Amino acid sequence: MNVFLTLVRRELGAAFNSLTGYVVVAITLLLAGFGLMDIVQRLNSDRTPSPIPEIFFADGIVFWVVLILTTPVITMRTFAAEKALGTYEALMTTPVGEWQVVLAKFTGSLAFYLLSWAPLIGVLVALRQVTHQPQLLDPWAMCGVLTGIACIGSTFLSIGVFASSLTRSQIIAAMTSLLIGIGLWTISLRFSQTDTTGDRLGRLMDHLSVTHHMQDFARGVIDGRALVFHLSMTFFFLFLTQRVIEMRRWK
Amino acid sequence: MIEVRDLTKRYPGRTAVDGISFTVGRGEVVGFLGPNGAGKSTTMRILSSFMPATSGTVRIAGFDVFHQPDEVRRRIGYMPENNPLHIDMRVRDYLKFRARLKGLGIGRSRDRVDRVIEQCGLKDVEKRIIGQLSKGYRQRVGLADALVHEPDLIILDEPTIGLDPHQLRSVRALIKELGRQHTVLLSTHILTEVEMTCSRVLILNQGRILAADRVEDLESRFSQDGRVVAEIDATPEAIRDAFRDLPEVASIEIQAAAGSFQRVALTPRAGEDLRPLVFEQVRQQEWNLRELTRPRLSLEDIFIQLTQKNKGGGL
Repeated sequence: MNVFLTLVRRELGAAFNSLTGYVVVAITLLLAGFGLMDIVQRLNSDRTPSPIPEIFFADGIVFWVVLILTTPVITMRTFAAEKALGTYEALMTTPVGEWQVVLAKFTGSLAFYLLSWAPLIGVLVALRQVTHQPQLLDPWAMCGVLTGIACIGSTFLSIGVFASSLTRSQIIAAMTSLLIGIGLWTISLRFSQTDTTGDRLGRLMDHLSVTHHMQDFARGVIDGRALVFHLSMTFFFLFLTQRVIEMRRWK
Repeated sequence: MIEVRDLTKRYPGRTAVDGISFTVGRGEVVGFLGPNGAGKSTTMRILSSFMPATSGTVRIAGFDVFHQPDEVRRRIGYMPENNPLHIDMRVRDYLKFRARLKGLGIGRSRDRVDRVIEQCGLKDVEKRIIGQLSKGYRQRVGLADALVHEPDLIILDEPTIGLDPHQLRSVRALIKELGRQHTVLLSTHILTEVEMTCSRVLILNQGRILAADRVEDLESRFSQDGRVVAEIDATPEAIRDAFRDLPEVASIEIQAAAGSFQRVALTPRAGEDLRPLVFEQVRQQEWNLRELTRPRLSLEDIFIQLTQKNKGGGL
């Protein structure tokens, strides 16, 4: 456990010691700023505005752009950079287990990802104060949003960690996870918009749609099926990562 | 400490290590010598259980590297090729991080980090960021990392590559120092390095061991039949007369050297050391002597001989 925490701390340290870490935070803040402008505009023009989380996380694309752009950048470093530098060899010749390494790299990425969202949460809380309309930012909806950010983020991050374990090039790792991420998003968008009554496949796809999940979360609906889905996705990709490491090692 | 039997590593289309066997005893400092691509790094990676062998067994301190990798890793301090370090970390933080990964507790890792910082002369730079250090210091950080968990065996893959002469000297001295307390296996393609730091040498070429011997034995095995060279201030005739009738001398060659000196090469009949004899003669004749040596083949010459022989055999 102690070794695990040491590794997680190292991952976070590496993120904050590198320029990419700050670029990620900057991108998130910039896009959140655009999102905020959108919210303010809507609050001014709509007579009965939707609650803020819905504008921001369900209707708008800011969340998705941030998610799809930042997760590959956060995770591309995890394995690829260590392999390119050679520190991977130094790491894997210590008595540290493969699962420990995989989980630590994932946890470090998740922690950094959540931290990069923190300013936005501050922005939302500030909006609530300014608008004097508490119904615009229901605490339950806020919990839902946080759960959504963490859950959907986990899935995307585990994809990124997996992509990073496949290569020693950070760019290839980032491109791979970016492509998978965009693919997942467009498919989700496509199926959550279709009329799904009746058609079995359509209904199934709707259950798997990450945009649908986020719409629910933003309304404060924490659906167990969505939670299970993202937990399994995360575990699945981390499992694949561990297999890749083991295979590469014993080849 | 190390037992390697019939170790083979094949990559697709290439055999990197071809059925080598050797043992290294506790407390030995052994040099792995060979040109680039001889299989040194591959062997070391297998020994440190970073990658598995295609066939053969390796035991470190009695533990099998394949079946008990964690036991092996706890007992090895391994510095990989090119000494990879986290260049964004500070020296002390990095060593502490590595100590923790190697399973040392918080208190113990602090003590050990203090110790290796002192041992490797890193006190002045312990708070500096590794990326800003000179190569010599980085190498010391790598060595400190290899040492931090008090391993029984230290494996260093080309520890002195890319250092300037000054740094080279201090890093070699450090390795020599380590050899007093640990078993050390190091690889290099610099021959003088092996002569300076190692007690035993394994010469590797194209995945095979060409020679395995103590450094001195290897030299005498390949020495030029005990030939002695002296530079004497006398006429060639006088020299010839003085040495001709000695039963120990098989042949004598004389060449003019700078000044009035002659360069005399004497070959003994049965490998005895002719130096005292030559000196005795010089003293009796009251000649002037400015050099008296028994030239030894350097490892360089031995290596060239061995690899050429190997090539010749292959043709």
